[in-house]
Amino acid sequence: MAKLTDLTLAEAREGLKTKRFSATELAQAHLDAIEAANAALNAFNLVTPEHALDMAKASDARLKKGEAGALEGIPLGIKDLFATRGFRTTACSHILDGFTPTYESTVTGNLWREGAVMLGKLNNDEFAMGSSNETSYYGPVVSPWRRKGSDAKLIPGGSSGGSSAAVAARLCMGATATDTGGSIRQPAAVTGTVGIKPTYGRCSRWGIVAFASSLDQAGPIARDVRDAAILLKAMASHDPKDTTSVDAPVPDYEAAVGKGVKGLTIGIPKEYRVDGMAPEIEALWQQGVEWLKAQGAKIKEVSLKHTKYALPSYYIVAPAEASSNLARYDGVRYGLRMPGSDVTSMYENTRSAGFGAEVKRRILIGTYVLSHGYYDAYYLKAQKLRTLIKRDFDEAFKEVDAILTPTTPSPAFAIGEKTGDPLEMYLNDIFTVTVNMAGLPGMSVPAGLSSEGTPLGLQLIGKPFDEETLFRVGRAIEEAAGPSARPRDWWSRAA
Amino acid sequence: MSVDRATVHRIAKLARIAITEEEAERLEKELSGILDWVAQLDEIDTKDVEPMTRVVAMTMRQRKDEVTDGDCAKDILKNAPSTDDGYFVVPKIVE
Repeated sequence: MAKLTDLTLAEAREGLKTKRFSATELAQAHLDAIEAANAALNAFNLVTPEHALDMAKASDARLKKGEAGALEGIPLGIKDLFATRGFRTTACSHILDGFTPTYESTVTGNLWREGAVMLGKLNNDEFAMGSSNETSYYGPVVSPWRRKGSDAKLIPGGSSGGSSAAVAARLCMGATATDTGGSIRQPAAVTGTVGIKPTYGRCSRWGIVAFASSLDQAGPIARDVRDAAILLKAMASHDPKDTTSVDAPVPDYEAAVGKGVKGLTIGIPKEYRVDGMAPEIEALWQQGVEWLKAQGAKIKEVSLKHTKYALPSYYIVAPAEASSNLARYDGVRYGLRMPGSDVTSMYENTRSAGFGAEVKRRILIGTYVLSHGYYDAYYLKAQKLRTLIKRDFDEAFKEVDAILTPTTPSPAFAIGEKTGDPLEMYLNDIFTVTVNMAGLPGMSVPAGLSSEGTPLGLQLIGKPFDEETLFRVGRAIEEAAGPSARPRDWWSRAA
Repeated sequence: MSVDRATVHRIAKLARIAITEEEAERLEKELSGILDWVAQLDEIDTKDVEPMTRVVAMTMRQRKDEVTDGDCAKDILKNAPSTDDGYFVVPKIVE
């Protein structure tokens, strides 16, 4: 029998049902893998072995009684942005030192209700602000992938870098993640995993540490398209506690996997052919087109003419909303407190010590664009740009069922390579951020390896609440790309 | 459209983040760089465009006006750095 950690979530579900192994064995296999790997990868910032084994034992009891939920006994990692009752939740910020929620986020609550097992909390960029997982208070996550003939440490993408690294290194069967400007899709792309950011409103944001409320969405990172479909179905729900969550039934996403692409029209946006795009990214994109054509899809060029304004308007909207959301960290109700001579200096000293450089930068940009006299020129202007960006998509979706683009402008870079200039880092999100600005669903699917031997992904963008088409097309790309390469294990202590 | 040193200090004060002169120097450059870059949005005339507020038209449901939560003072205070007799404690505000 193959190693338990090598199974996909769907395979493990079958194995548990047919009693080939127990949930306890499955959880233990993953805990052992984490134990052997985490010193090298730093993917988990909290491991909860006792809790995992308790949950697995309860799963085994339910499996025995024939009362299994959709994710019964499946061991998952949880991004440290999701509040988990009784377990430290910090958004990987110093300012939330030791914060232990007395409540559970809706998304994780949904997962536990379906029988999933929590292995621990996953590292991420501080407050999900970053594209490389280098801004975490708990230190950077190291990708399990390496360039051919090099042992330079590569980034696993961000902000959900712990999620992508843990799934790629087979430390968990799937992971929760969040995406404000690309934080699910970009890490998935550079680690050879599947990540989907559903339509804004599909998953409840309740209990997720807020970054930019009009953009934040939760979604899964998984080993393959089917696993992502299974996870998203369990995560999504209407939640009266989040007024922006949509009151519509959650489709059976897994049923869409394998339906093929015959009869679908796929759009190729010409504005995504940006200057300086690496030739291998361009070639990968063309390969995706050929794959879908060969499977019976029609291809059509579309125009999304406001694409170039998405990133600059994002860097108004996201910091503005962040500056407002992060005002709550004042050293009074939770987390870190630094002393001061009066209450104001206590606030100032706490926030100075508690926030990292990138978070401060964004709070200050946000404070500036929302300050007196600037609201119309910045925030309102950016929200108007969002209307134009959304309108471009609405027009395109009159003619096509989904849109295909690269996920990232380049393969994974090395840790420390792009920390000098914030703007250079922001450009990582150039292909993903439009999707958040328009609130649409987007998915990244592994599509091959770069000339450096590291993964590259293709992005699919769908109509609002039409995640099913993304799972159909995603599976078609996955099938055409063939069995995905996996990183050679250099990180396990036993290896 | 550039940010000067005094503006950096003013917004840091508004954001309640203590910054050193060294940080202010770095932030002056970084914030100016970012704001100069977003200034390209001025190329687009948005006079007659409505700001985006939602992805698809949906009516928000109203819930019954009734208490759904409460009696959890202990939970609320559990993570506070300093509490006393059911209250959050902060440095003296009024002399």
